[in-house]
Amino acid sequence: MSLHPILAALRKHKAGVVLIALQIALTLAIVCNAVFIIYSRVEKVHRPTGIDESNLLLITQQWVGAPSMDTPAGVQQLDSMLRQDLDTLRRQPDVTSVTSITSLPLLNSSWVGGVAVKPGEQTPGKNDVHTAMYFGDEQMIGTLGLQIVEGRNFNASEIAHKGMRDQGEPPIVIVTQDLAKRLFPDGSAVGKVVYFDGSSTPSTIIGVVRRMQTPAVGWGDNFTWYSTLMPFRINATFSRYAVRTRPGQLDAVARTAAAALYNGNPLRVIDEDDGVKRFGDIRGDAYRADIGMAVLMGVVCLILLAVTAAGIVGLTSFWVGQRHRQIGVRRALGARKIDILHYFQLENLMIAGVGAVVGVVMAIGLNRLLMSKFEMQSLPVYYVLLGLLVVMVLGQIAVFVPARRASNVPPVVATRSV
Amino acid sequence: MLAYYLRLGLHSLRRNPILTALMVMAVGFGVASSMTTYAVFRAVSGNPLPDKSTQLFAPQIDVWGPDSRARGRDIPDALTYKDATALMHEHKAARQTAIYPVGFTLVPRDAAREPFAVSGYAAYADFFPMFEVPFLYGSGWNAAQDEARATVVVISSKLNQQLFGGANSVGQTVHLDDHDYQVIGVAADWNPRPRFYDVNNSSGFTDPPDFFLPFTRAIDTQTETAGNDNCFGSGGRKPGFDGWLQSECAWVSYWVELPDAAAVRAYRSYLLGYADEQRQAGRFHWPSYVTLRNLTEWMDYERVVPPETRISLVLSLGFLLVCLVNTVGLMLAKFMRRAGEIGVRRALGASRREIWLQYLAEAAIVGVSGGLAGVMLTGLGVLGVGLVFEPDIARLAHINLGLVGLTLLCSLVATLGAAFYPTWRASRVQPAWQLKSH
Repeated sequence: MSLHPILAALRKHKAGVVLIALQIALTLAIVCNAVFIIYSRVEKVHRPTGIDESNLLLITQQWVGAPSMDTPAGVQQLDSMLRQDLDTLRRQPDVTSVTSITSLPLLNSSWVGGVAVKPGEQTPGKNDVHTAMYFGDEQMIGTLGLQIVEGRNFNASEIAHKGMRDQGEPPIVIVTQDLAKRLFPDGSAVGKVVYFDGSSTPSTIIGVVRRMQTPAVGWGDNFTWYSTLMPFRINATFSRYAVRTRPGQLDAVARTAAAALYNGNPLRVIDEDDGVKRFGDIRGDAYRADIGMAVLMGVVCLILLAVTAAGIVGLTSFWVGQRHRQIGVRRALGARKIDILHYFQLENLMIAGVGAVVGVVMAIGLNRLLMSKFEMQSLPVYYVLLGLLVVMVLGQIAVFVPARRASNVPPVVATRSV
Repeated sequence: MLAYYLRLGLHSLRRNPILTALMVMAVGFGVASSMTTYAVFRAVSGNPLPDKSTQLFAPQIDVWGPDSRARGRDIPDALTYKDATALMHEHKAARQTAIYPVGFTLVPRDAAREPFAVSGYAAYADFFPMFEVPFLYGSGWNAAQDEARATVVVISSKLNQQLFGGANSVGQTVHLDDHDYQVIGVAADWNPRPRFYDVNNSSGFTDPPDFFLPFTRAIDTQTETAGNDNCFGSGGRKPGFDGWLQSECAWVSYWVELPDAAAVRAYRSYLLGYADEQRQAGRFHWPSYVTLRNLTEWMDYERVVPPETRISLVLSLGFLLVCLVNTVGLMLAKFMRRAGEIGVRRALGASRREIWLQYLAEAAIVGVSGGLAGVMLTGLGVLGVGLVFEPDIARLAHINLGLVGLTLLCSLVATLGAAFYPTWRASRVQPAWQLKSH
């Protein structure tokens, strides 16, 4: 079929053509970017933290009338209270292991420091690396379900304790594989020595775990997988415990854990809402905004595509109505139904094609705008191409109903004057 | 005449209900999506203290040096204890206060009631007049009580309700973390959002604080901060609380009130002078650098408005645009279909202006209906906002009369704007052509 008559006809409807093309272009631009936002959020939400997330609880509690954590005697007393809690929790039925811990991945409460391979001066060197530190005991690895890929775990005799504000670097640490590679790119990190926070006390790496995310959510993206495990119980006016339960017993333990702790020592506060948290809830809270954003963008995309399709249906129907007579004439002159159908489909393909090309430019422009204002990555080309395909198909689907109606115009219309 | 046009419009719209519904829904969806995101945006980007936001300033001092920035840290958004107390001591602004968040366990007098956790702020006396804290009973403390490290506390109306049943509790005692404090004032409901004086520690949209106590007193009892404690290069600091206070850890928020431009200039140069002094004393080994941002600049600097809000605002405006383009197309189709009718009316003596007005009236009906649909959809949207944004923020977004009015107005204006071209085209219809072909 020759394109010439279609072009000639379109020239009579400039406004309508421009409007449909513009709508398709805008839809393409917005949908491409929205889908890209959805994809990047979903990708972020689905990355594993490296710990075994099922059957894991975090308990946060605060002592009432706690001794000072800045005097040696106070620290001793706090530590015995903490150990008593650990004991209590470990004796609970259906609890397989418990560790004191300062934070968990995705908890957004972190202890961040620098780590370097050279002993520091007072001011940290330019080459040291950010790392999130987790302080816990010999059951930390087991409770969190971390995988040791090299070296060994801490043993009970290596666990020390200190007040939260006390200085002092541990003689031994365990790091993640990513951090080990970053610090020692040329070989095994086990047995090597590192220095924390510009200190000159060496800490020896005794083990490497496969993967463990930092607690940071929404910031600290440059060191997401650089975690360090420190063999310390931290003594402060509050404490946190990670509790692993037998499979299926998570809810049962979550219900009774607070009461058990109160039983052992009533002088404390465990928040009713946030005191005992399943890891699933921690994950849910951490990614709430990301998931919400993905849902919102998805809804926007669907409505937008529907509105655009409806617009195409509306305008094409109008054109069909307007050209009722001409269609009849064509049919009378020998055009088959399928020719009429093809005419409108081809017409739509051309308009949508022009709109989509403009839309590709607009999609990239919008992406650049969002990149300059927000933390967003550049839009991959295949997104735009896929979007282009989607709007073209959408156009064809939308145009089908009015085009079929057009093809059903009987030739006899040509003989009637309206 | 307008009533007649409206009747004509209604009649014409009823003749083609599907097309009409399409237009109304497009306008409704477009307006609702922008209004929903706008409701959130307005909630989070509001000015918490409009009459004073240009007089309140937060200073920053570069205590970590360029090295820290080479490693991706910014100049700290809080002061060190040393600097905060030095600035407080020199008292160069009209009003000033150091602030930090603290958490205590409150043990109720009634032994039958369980102790519970409360959170609040340690601040100086100027806090209350500076931030215009309203009081139900009593007042804030004074500068002498700051000096005396007085054991006084200002409690929130909520805490007052919990502990004293809402009665005037001035003079009563509250037991916080093993110490007794005398209630000196009960603040009325006061929770500026965002909580500008604490956005360096929190999202700025949390529940109101339970209490305020003198900064000097909180330091006396060695109360640690419940907020961020940013330590950089303080590896070799001395142990214990005093070591922490004397370190380069930045954790004290600081606000000053500067009534006019001259005072701002003077304070800026004073700050720079202070930093120079510190450098000469050997503390900083880099060119002195300080900043002084006013309240609104501080909100921007701290990125209080979540990026989700801005992105969705941009996208929903794009969404509205698509819906309007759609409406333009549909209206054009609808109006031009009636070219014959227009030709007859024109031939019978209607002026172009009258045709134009007639179709504008029809468009206005679409706009208002779209607005009503938009109000309902906005209601749904605001209900669903909790899915997308933090619950703290979602709670702030709500429908009020202003938003309903704005939604209606927005859809009417948008539809009339969209109708401009189709109605103009309708009014240009040549009567002779139309009559000839029929």
